[in-house]
Amino acid sequence: MSDLNNRLSPAAGTDAALREIKPEILERMLEQMMTIRAFEEKAEELYALGKVHGTMHLSIGQEATAVGASNALRETDYLLNHHRGHGHLIAWGSDVNKMMAEFLGKETGYCRGRGGSMHIADVSKNNLGANGIVAGGLPLAVGVGLSIKMRKTDQVVMVIFGDGATNEGAFHESLNMASIWDLPVVYLLENNQYAMSMSVKRAFKIERLSDRACAYGIPGVTVDGNDPIAVYQAVSEAAERARRREGPTLVESVTYRWRGHSKSDRQAYRTREEVKEWMARDPIPTFGARLGKSEEEMARLRAEAVKRIEEAVAFAEASPEPDVSTIEDGVYA
Amino acid sequence: MREITYAEAVREALRQAMEADDRVFLIGEDVGVYGGAFGVSAGLVDQFGTERIIDTPISEAGIAGAITGAAMTGMRPVGEIQFMDFVTLSMEQLVLQAAKIRYMFGGKATVPFVLRMPGGAGTGAAAQHSESLESWFVHVPGLKVVAPSTPYDAKGLLLAAIQDDNPVIFVEHKLLYKQKGPVPEEMYTIPLGQSNVVRQGQHLTVVATSVMVSRALEAGKQLAEEGIELEVIDPRTLKPMDCGPIVESVKKTGRLLVVHEAVRTGGFGGEIVASVAESEAFDYLEAPIRRLAARDIPVPYNKKLEAAMIPQIEDIVAEARRLVKGEY
Ligand SMILES: Cc1ncc(C[n+]2csc(CCOP(=O)(O)OP(=O)(O)O)c2C)c(N)n1
Ligand SMILES: [Mg+2]
Repeated sequence: MSDLNNRLSPAAGTDAALREIKPEILERMLEQMMTIRAFEEKAEELYALGKVHGTMHLSIGQEATAVGASNALRETDYLLNHHRGHGHLIAWGSDVNKMMAEFLGKETGYCRGRGGSMHIADVSKNNLGANGIVAGGLPLAVGVGLSIKMRKTDQVVMVIFGDGATNEGAFHESLNMASIWDLPVVYLLENNQYAMSMSVKRAFKIERLSDRACAYGIPGVTVDGNDPIAVYQAVSEAAERARRREGPTLVESVTYRWRGHSKSDRQAYRTREEVKEWMARDPIPTFGARLGKSEEEMARLRAEAVKRIEEAVAFAEASPEPDVSTIEDGVYA
Repeated sequence: MREITYAEAVREALRQAMEADDRVFLIGEDVGVYGGAFGVSAGLVDQFGTERIIDTPISEAGIAGAITGAAMTGMRPVGEIQFMDFVTLSMEQLVLQAAKIRYMFGGKATVPFVLRMPGGAGTGAAAQHSESLESWFVHVPGLKVVAPSTPYDAKGLLLAAIQDDNPVIFVEHKLLYKQKGPVPEEMYTIPLGQSNVVRQGQHLTVVATSVMVSRALEAGKQLAEEGIELEVIDPRTLKPMDCGPIVESVKKTGRLLVVHEAVRTGGFGGEIVASVAESEAFDYLEAPIRRLAARDIPVPYNKKLEAAMIPQIEDIVAEARRLVKGEY
């Protein structure tokens, strides 16, 4: 963790940066972090109760990256994210009722129970979907960027992917195409330090993954992914650059996955001490303190988040399952 | 005989092959300390070390290329693709390189590798983690394709595949990993390209692959109570396919039902049906040939929809009954 500071780009997430952000955005980010945590804890509980047929990837500990990134964009912008995506979606403003219904495979879910946790999308809100394929969203971002450019709008597309995705060939093709055509793409590399059991220390010969940007002639920055302000600032700058038609940016947000990769993970590849060390840097109380929240205020916010999620579960559980007679709907337009 | 699971049988084959031959190694995502996404290689890294149980970054094209290049130059690699779906990222190296190198080079190169991958649905993993793509590989000259349905077959076929001098696509099934069956402790091989008649009967020939074999056997048990006797045949190797026992069986029963999990259109079933239609068994047919396969849709997440997409035991029972009762 100590070596993280050496990798950070200068001046990200300072108090001066915080003061430039509207108070309502700061409040929203804190609330969303609480909601994400409550959603993930509930998802884990439902899974343990055997109520979920499928898998899930929890983003507990990574909430700051999600809220910092999404809040830096506009409603008209586009999002592509990945399998560990519940947090990104909540920060994007998704309806937790529909998310929970999708997680439980219900007809009222975002994808009518066809997609599940890994494929939540809301095309009407420019959320072009989570992805079950590592790096699957990266080439899509080129197409979205190209379309924005051809349609001459001032939108940008943010694609969120992991450290693991950074070693797929698709990463290279995508960044190169977006950079040679100056496409309005924000590449958000959510480095939670593991791709399943593969530590970034074993999977890369470089320490600062944003150094890869120089191969494409674009800016690359590394920020503390547990600090929503740092992420917000970096993504804002990347989005502004994209809107100015100056091309893409690679933002690396360094954070940590608290839970196993998915439910079948025994975590033999890391030590308990390492996990504990990162849990001690819980982004939620840290951010609360920075906003000057009292213990009571934090407890109230937490309770509100838990209540929202309880309501989402009630909605999902009361919802009907898809009717088998509709099984072939939606394969073709 | 001792009983072990399908996953243990695969692991035992890997272990014995690696003990017997230094040229054999395992390479894939999370195959080391994690033990593979389904635990198949659990513990192997402790025995063989990270030099021979190699974790890769998430780079499926790289894995396919690495086993091809290593195989061309004297090694006998076993690659693992974590879910069969992700082999779509390996296709160029497999289809345009590995499969064709020997022929393009006038028969002067060999590419002896095995690429293992679990296919299939049934776990709620949805559309991008549940594919059954075996027929894609069957379509490519130069590749062999194996799909074991029992622990016994998994071990014997994997050992044969590792000894084979060609690139072999080895299709495992997620739902079979925990299934137990008798497996000899010593090394043995089951020759590639031999069908297996797993149940004898005179009324209907059922050709089933992978997880559908046990479903067909269960259907056979249920129908036997009604006096309908299924003959169930597992091709085991999809390429090269051993059609002889299937043709002989259809000559006896006069009826054929093909069952697989992959979607119907373009599925392996069509190949079996065509082979039988072209054979001397054609004159013996008393009913139309039928296929039971998944519907032509991506795999849905919801459990009910997922089950409704794919042939289940009761679907096989109903279809077999209709065929035997002359309802077609
Ligand atoms: C092409 C592909 N290969 C492998 C997988 C299996 N898989 C799913 S997530 C994952 C790890 C991804 O790591 P990273 O990109 O760092 O994201 P994280 O899970 O850490 O959020 C793996 C190997 C996959 N879904 N797609
Ligand atoms: Mg990661």
